[in-house]
Amino acid sequence: MRVYRALLRLYPASFRAEYGRELAEAFVLRRGDARGPLALLVSIGLALADVIPNAAGAHWDILKQDLHYTSRALRRTPGFALTAILVVALGVGANGAAFSVATFVLLPRLPFAHPEALVKVWERTPGFGRLELSPANFKDWKAGARSFSAMGAMSATAVNLTGGGEPQRVGAAAFTVDVFPILGRAALLGRTFVASDTVAGRSVVLSYDLWQTHFGADVGVVGKTVELDGMPYSVIGVMPQDFRYPNRDAQLWTTLQFAAEDLTDRSNNYLQGVARLNDGATLESARAELAVIATQVHRQYPKETETTAANVYRVADELSDRNRLLLLALCGAALCILLLACANVANLLLVRAISREREIAVRTALGAGRERLLRQLVTESALLVLSGVVAGFILARLSVPMLTMLVPNTLPIVQSPPLNTRALLIAGLVVALVGIGFGVVPALRGATKGIDALRDGGRSGGGRRQRVRSVLVMIEVMASVVLLITCGLLMRAMWRLQSLDPGFRTENVLTLRTALAWPRYQDPAVRERFYNSVLSGVRSLPNVSSAAYVTGLPMAMAGGTWNATLPGQSAAHDGSNGASLRFATSQYFSTMSIPLQRGRDIAATDDANHPFVSVVSESFVKKYWPHQDPIGQRFNFALHERTVVGVVGDVRVRGFEQPSEPQVYLPTQQVESGNVVFYTPKDLVVRSTSGAAVLLPEIRRFVREADPQQPISNVAPLADVVATQTASRAAQLRVLELLAAIALLLATVGIHGLLSFAVSRRRQEIGVRVALGAQSSTILSMFLREGLLLGLGGLLPGVLVAYAAGRAMQALLVGIRPGDPVTIVAGVALCGSATLVGCLRPAFRASRVDPSIALRAE
Amino acid sequence: MSHDRDLIDGMLPLPPATFHILMAVSDEDRHGYAIIQDVETRTGGDLRLSAGTLYRSIQRMLEQGLIVEAKRRPAPALDDERRRYYSITSLGTAVARAEMSRLTQLIRLARARGLTPETT
Repeated sequence: MRVYRALLRLYPASFRAEYGRELAEAFVLRRGDARGPLALLVSIGLALADVIPNAAGAHWDILKQDLHYTSRALRRTPGFALTAILVVALGVGANGAAFSVATFVLLPRLPFAHPEALVKVWERTPGFGRLELSPANFKDWKAGARSFSAMGAMSATAVNLTGGGEPQRVGAAAFTVDVFPILGRAALLGRTFVASDTVAGRSVVLSYDLWQTHFGADVGVVGKTVELDGMPYSVIGVMPQDFRYPNRDAQLWTTLQFAAEDLTDRSNNYLQGVARLNDGATLESARAELAVIATQVHRQYPKETETTAANVYRVADELSDRNRLLLLALCGAALCILLLACANVANLLLVRAISREREIAVRTALGAGRERLLRQLVTESALLVLSGVVAGFILARLSVPMLTMLVPNTLPIVQSPPLNTRALLIAGLVVALVGIGFGVVPALRGATKGIDALRDGGRSGGGRRQRVRSVLVMIEVMASVVLLITCGLLMRAMWRLQSLDPGFRTENVLTLRTALAWPRYQDPAVRERFYNSVLSGVRSLPNVSSAAYVTGLPMAMAGGTWNATLPGQSAAHDGSNGASLRFATSQYFSTMSIPLQRGRDIAATDDANHPFVSVVSESFVKKYWPHQDPIGQRFNFALHERTVVGVVGDVRVRGFEQPSEPQVYLPTQQVESGNVVFYTPKDLVVRSTSGAAVLLPEIRRFVREADPQQPISNVAPLADVVATQTASRAAQLRVLELLAAIALLLATVGIHGLLSFAVSRRRQEIGVRVALGAQSSTILSMFLREGLLLGLGGLLPGVLVAYAAGRAMQALLVGIRPGDPVTIVAGVALCGSATLVGCLRPAFRASRVDPSIALRAE
Repeated sequence: MSHDRDLIDGMLPLPPATFHILMAVSDEDRHGYAIIQDVETRTGGDLRLSAGTLYRSIQRMLEQGLIVEAKRRPAPALDDERRRYYSITSLGTAVARAEMSRLTQLIRLARARGLTPETT
């Protein structure tokens, strides 16, 4: 019998209260029927078989009833239901989306074996934390390092893929033979590199995508020959679909080999080192060991390695600090929205619970059980919050694909982040707990108070709970002003970047790339024939005012410097004499609208048989000949002594956010065969009033005429090239702006809701005041003052938090101070107006209360 | 008293326990355990309603208006005042009848197809 009584607790309390005694009695009577030695066991079995399904059924019956009741109640107040669902959906959706992207990028799931043991090895100089390795340093460091089970090197490039259809420019990478084993990935078809491949150096491994698109997924592709930069390569394997390394653009991999003289070169930094930590080695031990090795190498070669130290990072941490900061800002903003959503939901449900206190008191007085009421309220809050959570899931699912532009290209992962269900569940759970807590607890207190709640005539909701709700609204105002100000700071930073003068004009300039393959174009004279052939054709087109070839476009090619020395001086090794080096044909400056301040442009006659000349930028002149006439001055640069023949304006080669070195431009012909390969001109710039659609077919024809094997790539208006500089920032900013707008909306809704409720609760009080002679304007200003005070209570701490947030992300602000008064005033004004808007309607309603009606209700 | 046809049809087919309970209280008011006993006797011990099934059914039938708690109680000598007695309502009778005709119709259709009850 005790067992049965215990089991009865499984029934809902209301059912138990109603039928518990009779159930027990019936059970005892029936047990009396049971005879035999196993009677006890049998009756326990019977009890279990009876209670468990029936108790579950009874619970289900109640849930059905509650859901039915709740949906009817919510249909009666659709505004409330929709607002609550929308608020929850925004909070959960924004967090799900932001954290999906952030965890995907900040904690990438790399497609390699044991990725936690993978590190990248860099050189570090005073100017650069992560500088590529030189071949000689790579060799010495690799030989000395005991922390690594293996160390390899790679270099990202691009090659011309010819044969079979239109020639194509594809991203590529050269790997030493150790890299694939270090990454722990095998080929999908065929194999990866073995030592013998590096001897001939004519083996290629294809990416899955290239195999699909260019080779029609031919399973017999292994063993076939492809032509890369005009040379035959043998396909030895195809990698699996998820393999992308060292960046997402890599479409094929060749072997990286070094000539004997490469391995003595400590100034040519182009290798990325990748290594796998030994068992027992840690990132810190590897860093310490490489620091020692770098010092030893430095002792051996003091001059060449004067400023070189080693740097080791985990492969998973390879993300620029700026990107990391922007993503963290996004997460911070999403958390603000979650906070706002919680405060808003709490407020909405609290108000609803309070306004139902009377109803609940009546139901309690009429005998409804506490448990029954609790269930009813939980069901109601849970239904609302869960609908919101489901809507939030859908919202996050829809918005994550739109956030793919926030995933940097340098990560070796797919671009589309999957939905982070854990983040969604946590956000959902937080909102659910807050919502259900605030929806249930106060009502239960009403039920406890019982008949007292009826006595005060329904003017409950004052005192402590009013304060709780006021605090909630202040939190909302605070969170939204934080978002508004930080977003404003980033907007100002963006505007400042966009208003900077790049040093050239982007309108009406089309750019494209024809990267000439070596060794066919090793000879400058052969290259010159190609340039002349294309340029003479392009310049003859109608509406084309000028055209030129150059090493690389500013901003698109940010690096590429050479040490300049004046005659008689020795070269500095700390990079302080570095100048941006570009080879260019004539008309480059006019095409780019870079002002020619003195002297002349590079001319077609500046060839190898004439004196070696240069055009330098204004800052170069200021640095070397501050008070002299620069024209005719000489300096050593790019393996020759050069004479200055012209001075042009400075260009932001390294983009808007970094300082640029002074610039030097050299004639394309004044270089020896096979030297300074990296700087071979490949970008064509055309100034024309015709659009790309008109120009491109003609340009293609001229390129084909010059060399039918030559692919064209990177076609883009110059304006777009510059815009990509700020594109990821602009994308982030758009997301933040959206979040700030949502925050503002939520705060307005919150204030409006709070004051409306306060007005409806205080109708009698207002009625008495009016009856005693208060003017409606007094009532109006009373409520306005109350609302604005609340706003102020949130604004002050909000500004402080925003200032702290601004300081944390100062690196993103390009010189805008975190306490920028314009931004703060604008943010406060915007949030203040939203508060005012939220106050107006309730305050006007209060001022129009008719005392005779308000008091009659008493 | 006539009842709304739709209301009655909405309750059909009746769960077997409900039908049996209606039958048990159709001739006299009974308390819970008496219903269990009556069903067991009438079915020759084939159907023994468990207490949980009985009271969940009773709760639902009360809500649906098929039965009510009886106001009249047995003679004090026979009464246990803690017990509640249930009597059938006119709606309960109507629903039981409707269920009967539904079942009869079904059996007629089965017979017409030549089906006969299994004989053992």
